[in-house]
Amino acid sequence: MRTLVYLCIGILFGITMFKSEAASWFRIYEMFKFESFHMYGIIGAALFIGSILVQSIKRFKIKSFYGEKINFAPKAKGFKRYLFGGIIFGLGWALAGACPGPMFTLVGAGYISIFIVIIAALLGTFLYGLFKDRLPH
Amino acid sequence: MNWIYEPWPWYIAGPMIAFIMFLLIMVDKNFGMSSNLRTMCTICGAGNKADFFKFDWKAQKWNLVVVSGTIIGGFIGSYFLSTNLAVAIHPETISDLKALGFESAGTAYLPTELFGTEALRSLKSVLVLTIGGLFVGFGARYAGGCTSGHAISGLSNLQLPSLIAVIGFFIGGLTMIHFIFPLLF
Repeated sequence: MRTLVYLCIGILFGITMFKSEAASWFRIYEMFKFESFHMYGIIGAALFIGSILVQSIKRFKIKSFYGEKINFAPKAKGFKRYLFGGIIFGLGWALAGACPGPMFTLVGAGYISIFIVIIAALLGTFLYGLFKDRLPH
Repeated sequence: MNWIYEPWPWYIAGPMIAFIMFLLIMVDKNFGMSSNLRTMCTICGAGNKADFFKFDWKAQKWNLVVVSGTIIGGFIGSYFLSTNLAVAIHPETISDLKALGFESAGTAYLPTELFGTEALRSLKSVLVLTIGGLFVGFGARYAGGCTSGHAISGLSNLQLPSLIAVIGFFIGGLTMIHFIFPLLF
């Protein structure tokens, strides 16, 4: 039953990514060119409503659907890893035009070449795991 | 109901993403896509090479189910909910892209020059996709999250590390588009 819930949430996410064109390489390019409000509107609206929801859950101590207390794990403190990791991610995001959610959306949409991006992203993740201890965090 | 076949505007898509994050929180989970890449590495046996991949991946099975849904969602969105796949980007963006050699700008969902089956025969497009993917995977793990984990979940929870990461995303993205693209294309 819970698996079905996760699957439906994923389907909703996939449809949203595809239909909003957030999974389109062109929209990512256009965003970094500041030539359209579209992507900023999506991220901004998600953030505006998302923060109201998260802050409400915290303030009113809302329980989950299964009656559990909701914990928000704070991100580990740090600066370098977020800045350097973020910059590397941004370079890749602009080049491949896909981030880790939309990558999978594009598989479903039938774009075979996206497998190259996914396999490379897996390799990138693996390389991080290998060199993690030698990187500034 | 015809609007559903049109591209969804930001004021539908943005709230929808917030709603998806909310649903995941309400079922005791969290919204973050890139951690699936780590889980997939672990399943492929990366734990034998690096301790970073030694963890109980079964605890992350739920997120792999979400990703499977994302694939199905892409299929439904593309084959059942769309009549025209061309992305109507800004006319100025189209002329910029045409000047760079992307003739498919304004007529397709993804640039055929990079993603089309013809492009698979070009070493350059394969390299662009490979390096792009490599950086996305490496950077997401280094920063501890991607667009969903930092830009949406982290910032919604007012996390300073997520703000630093998102600033990094934009430094990287702007550098790529404004300084590296003119050298590449």
